[in-house]
Amino acid sequence: MQADEDMRKRAEAALKKTAEYGEDFDLDEYGLASEEAEQTADLEELSEEDQRTLLNVGFTPSEDNRAGSFIMLNNAVTHSSLRDKDVVELMSLRDAMKTHEWVKDYSWKLVKPDTDKYTAMSYLQDANGYFIRAPAGKKSKMPVQTCLLIGSKDVSQTVHNIVIVEEGAELDVITGCSTKHGIEKGLHLGISEMYVKKGATLNFTMIHNWGEEIGVRPRTVVHVEEGGSYISNYITLKPVKSVQAYPTVLLEGKGAFTRLNTIAVAHPGSELDLGSRVIFNAEDTKAELISRTITTGGKAIARGEMIGNANNAKGHLECHGLVLGGGMQRAIPILEANVEDIELSHEAAVGRIAREQIEYLMARGLAEEDAVGMIVRGFLDVGIQGIPDELKADIDATIAKIGENAI
Amino acid sequence: MLEINNLTVEIGGRRILKGVDLNVEAGYTNVLFGPNGAGKSALLMTLMGFSGYNVVEGEIIFKGEDITNMSVYERAQMGMGIMTQRPPNMSGVKLYDLLNVISNDMKDTEVLAETLDMVRFFERDVNVGFSGGEIKRSELLQLSAQNPDFILLDEPESGVDLVSIEQIGNTINELLQKDCKCAGDRCKNGKSALVITHTGQVMDYIQADRGYILCNGTVMCSGNPREMLTEIKEQGYEECIKCKLMKI
Repeated sequence: MQADEDMRKRAEAALKKTAEYGEDFDLDEYGLASEEAEQTADLEELSEEDQRTLLNVGFTPSEDNRAGSFIMLNNAVTHSSLRDKDVVELMSLRDAMKTHEWVKDYSWKLVKPDTDKYTAMSYLQDANGYFIRAPAGKKSKMPVQTCLLIGSKDVSQTVHNIVIVEEGAELDVITGCSTKHGIEKGLHLGISEMYVKKGATLNFTMIHNWGEEIGVRPRTVVHVEEGGSYISNYITLKPVKSVQAYPTVLLEGKGAFTRLNTIAVAHPGSELDLGSRVIFNAEDTKAELISRTITTGGKAIARGEMIGNANNAKGHLECHGLVLGGGMQRAIPILEANVEDIELSHEAAVGRIAREQIEYLMARGLAEEDAVGMIVRGFLDVGIQGIPDELKADIDATIAKIGENAI
Repeated sequence: MLEINNLTVEIGGRRILKGVDLNVEAGYTNVLFGPNGAGKSALLMTLMGFSGYNVVEGEIIFKGEDITNMSVYERAQMGMGIMTQRPPNMSGVKLYDLLNVISNDMKDTEVLAETLDMVRFFERDVNVGFSGGEIKRSELLQLSAQNPDFILLDEPESGVDLVSIEQIGNTINELLQKDCKCAGDRCKNGKSALVITHTGQVMDYIQADRGYILCNGTVMCSGNPREMLTEIKEQGYEECIKCKLMKI
C-alpha cells in the first residue's frame, strides 16, 4: 500500500511534466471523458455512420471472423463480447482486476506513471481499457478486435490496456482508434502494456483515423520473453492534429524477435512524431523496424532506436520518407551497441518520388496521377496481413487522393 | 510513322545530339549503330519524352503529329513504347499489378509470361534484384502487354546469355510482326521499331529494313543494315567518321 501511495505522489508531481517529444497539450483545456454510456449489444444495430466509422479502422461490426470485440466510447466500455471463450479472454481492465488478483502485477509495470503528464493523468484517473489474455498454448484463428472512440467534444480520453500472451500461445489483435462524426477537438491518452511470454506470438495491428483537431499520446511498452515474437503494424493515413508515440519493445529472452511496421501520412496541419525503440537485453534477439511516411504538407518525424545490450543481437532499421507536395520529413535513426558481438544497421532516405520512376510507368501508358498512386501504394505496402476488405478500399481511396494531389 | 528533323538535344547543358535527321516508315524496323557514347540511348530517351533530355532545336513528328513537347504519357497513348537499358528499381510495385494495369488482355500476357518464365516474378518488385536477362524478359513482357505500334528497343541483347538471346530475339520478332506473313503485309499491319544494337545479334531474329550510324551525336549515314554491320565489324566506326568528313 505504501508503494501505491508513493506512486500516486510521483504521478501527481508529474502532472505538469512535459513529454520529451511532441507538442505540449494543456490538460486543463480538456474535460474528463464520461465513464457512462449506453451499452450496445448488437453492433449491427448501430447507425450506418457509426458502423462506417468502425469499418474504417478495421473493426467489423458484424463480428464475422473475429474471436472477440471490445469498444470503448470516451471512457466507458460500451461493448465487450467473446466468441471463442476457450482460446482467449477479453474484458475490461477493471473487470480483469476483479476477476484475477494477479492482474495488478502486470499493471503499470512496463509504463511508469510518472513518465510524463499523460501517463500521470491516466494513472491518477485509474484509466480503464481492454484486457486480453491468450492462455498458455492457445492459438486463436481469428483476431480480437477493439475500438477506442472519442464521442464528445473537448474531452480527454484515458485508456489503459493490458495484453498477455502466455507461453506458446498465439494472438492477433486489431485495434482501431477514431472519433465519432462531427467531433473536432479532443485528446487521446492510451497506455498499453503487453507481455509476450516464452515461445508466444502477438500480432498487433493498430489503425488510427482521428480528426483534424485531435491530439494523440499513446504510451506503449512490450515485454518479450525467450523465443517470443511481437509483430506490430501501425497505420495512420488520415488528418490528425498531433500524434506522438515512441513504443518500446524489450527483448528480454534468448531468441526473442520483433518487427514494427509504421505507415503514416502527414496531411497539412498534422504533426506525426512516430518512433520505435527496441532494447536487446538477451542473446540471439532480432528486430526489424520499418517506417514508411509520406507528407502531403504536414510534418513527419520518424525516430527509430535500437540499443544492443546482449551478444549476437541483430537489428535493422529502415526509415523511408516521401515528400509529396510540401511538408517536412525528418528521419532520426539511433543505433547503440554496448557489447562487442552485435549487428545493428539502418537505412534512411527522405525525398520526393524519383521522376524516373513516374516516367517509367507513364511510358507504359499510365497517366501521371495513376503512376504516382501506384508508386505510393507500393511504398506503403509492407505486406500487412489480415486487413478487412472495407479498410483496404478506404486505404486505396486515400492513396488515390494522395496521388491526385501530388501532381 | 516517325520523322525526326534536325534534332538537337542537351542533357544538363551538354549537347548530346546535333541536327539528327532520321525516319522510320510504317512497318519498318530500323537499326541504330554507333560507338559507346554516340548518343544512341539519348535519342531513344528523347523520342519517348523522358525528362532531362532537352530538345533545343528540331522536331519529332509521330504519326503526322508534332510530339516534340508532349509528355511521356501522351506519347505512350499515341502508341509509342520503349525498352530502356537500365530501367529504375520500382520498389513496392509488383510485376503482376503493373501488367494488370497496362494489359488489355491479361490472359495473353499470362501465356507469354509462362513462355518467358516470368510467372515466378509476378509477386516481385519490378526490376528490383532482377538480373540483366530477367530485366529484358520483364521489359518485353510489359511491352507485349502494352502492345504499342512503334517500339524503341535499346540494346535488347545486352547482358543476355547465348541461350536466352534466341528466346528474346524470337519474342521481339513476334512483338513486331505478330501475324504478318509477308513484307507487304508487314508494311500495312506490322509494327515499326527503332532498335539500338552493338553486336547486331538481334538482327538474326528480326527483319532489319534500314540502318543508321550515329557518331558524336550526328547521323553519319544510313543504308542497308546488314551491309553496314559487316563494314563496321571490318573497319570500325573510325571509317564512318572519316567518310563523313570527306563528304563535307
